[in-house]
Amino acid sequence: MTASTVDIALFAAKLGMIFFVILTLAAYLVFAERKVLAWIQDRKGPNRVGPLGLLQPLADLIKLLTKEDFCPIAADKWLFYLAPAMAAIPAILTFAVIPFGAPVTIAGRRVPMLVADLNVGLLFFLALSSIAVYGVAIGGWASNSKYSLLGGIRGLAQLISYELSMGLSLVPVVMLARSFSLADIVAAQATIPFVVYQPLAFLIFLISITAECKRIPFDIPEAEGELVAGFHTEYSGMRFGLFFVGEYINIIVLGGLATTFFLGGWHGPFLAPVIWFSLKTLAFAFFFIWMRGTLPRLRYDQLMHLGWKVLTPLALANILVTGWWLALRGDMMPLSR
Amino acid sequence: MPILSDIKAILGGFRITLAHMLRRPVTIQYPEEKRTPYPRYRARIVLTRDPDGGERCVACYLCSAACPVDCISMQAAERKDGRRYAAWFRINFSRCIFCGLCAEACPTLAIQMTPDYEICKRDIMDLVYEKEDLLIDGCGKDDSYNFYRHAGIAVTQPRGEGVEEKPPVDARSLMP
Repeated sequence: MTASTVDIALFAAKLGMIFFVILTLAAYLVFAERKVLAWIQDRKGPNRVGPLGLLQPLADLIKLLTKEDFCPIAADKWLFYLAPAMAAIPAILTFAVIPFGAPVTIAGRRVPMLVADLNVGLLFFLALSSIAVYGVAIGGWASNSKYSLLGGIRGLAQLISYELSMGLSLVPVVMLARSFSLADIVAAQATIPFVVYQPLAFLIFLISITAECKRIPFDIPEAEGELVAGFHTEYSGMRFGLFFVGEYINIIVLGGLATTFFLGGWHGPFLAPVIWFSLKTLAFAFFFIWMRGTLPRLRYDQLMHLGWKVLTPLALANILVTGWWLALRGDMMPLSR
Repeated sequence: MPILSDIKAILGGFRITLAHMLRRPVTIQYPEEKRTPYPRYRARIVLTRDPDGGERCVACYLCSAACPVDCISMQAAERKDGRRYAAWFRINFSRCIFCGLCAEACPTLAIQMTPDYEICKRDIMDLVYEKEDLLIDGCGKDDSYNFYRHAGIAVTQPRGEGVEEKPPVDARSLMP
């Protein structure tokens, strides 16, 4: 494949579009979260800035940008400045491997609707999700504050509790699709989404990604009731904003991944593929917000218990059963290419 | 099985939050929407007049004594006919906690609470209300009560001529 100017232009357009959509969506997800939480609590939510409060994210952005960029005097400056980026960038990077629409043909070229069709896309996601926690750990360490440090340590401990079950819950997906490429995984779900075959893996993955994006009931690293704000206690202004926006980008990305792995990605009747993908992803985002309005925070040891003693054995058993089933069916899976 | 009841409990929680999501919010958008307070709502304090138009306040200091935050102060004075009044009367609304104890303590029903709760000022000194700010022309809540008609002292009428009052008894003629 020769990289002509048109190819590069198409690629740049795709990148720009994704950046714009993801960042806008993340900002409006904050707004949506505040609205939905308000409705759950019989309130109205933000409704002052612009019609129906729709300009609230803009006002928030201006507020964050004009706030003082504070750095504690005893903080490790470089790490302190680096950590927010390390939290936000992996979240955006993960989106590179998610196919968000059917391939289209523009100017005689077949343009896949994803940035990079890596043949190890799933591993790429797992690797980046592990890197994302460095932002939490480094931010917590560099702040030189007890709350931040506790938050950072909790972030790491949380990672080792859910990461294993998250990875294991994806193994059956790979076994069914016979590929690590997310485009292939979506293609394998053209007729039946994997959630039908793998409801248990879906449930485990759902619980694990809730822990991955540090949302209630697994917001243990933040735990505003106990640790002020956990790992980002000392952050202000746009650096806090990066952590914050990173969390919401994470929600979108993980929702997109759950859609890709289990709900058939962009496949769906009647509507355009991009719309199907957005609908499914936003449904996950809504579910996360709904869950935040419903469940209390788990205790530290309860998360450990859930991750190590419940989810991981279940995921392992699920792999065994799936393997046994596949072996019984021989190589007759209709999903293999 | 405990896990089944746990799942049931979690799903029940989701159901309740969903139901609340669809419910009407209870928020009142304050500056645009205002709720009507009840008539006995305790807000701005006024000094009322009796039905005959005279000041009810007799400057007895009971309100300022009852006030837990000491925000009421006054100076008593006496008219030529012996009727008492407050030479000046001051309520510091920046200290007032609107507990209503002054209104309860008042024997003449002069000091009363009103439902006017919108007392905001740019300058804190504007919250110190003097007598001319406090005194209103009406009777407030009890529009038929005139302390001096019931008091049994010879200020506005001779002794024994007040409402529900019997003339003084001559002790010498009061024989069994």
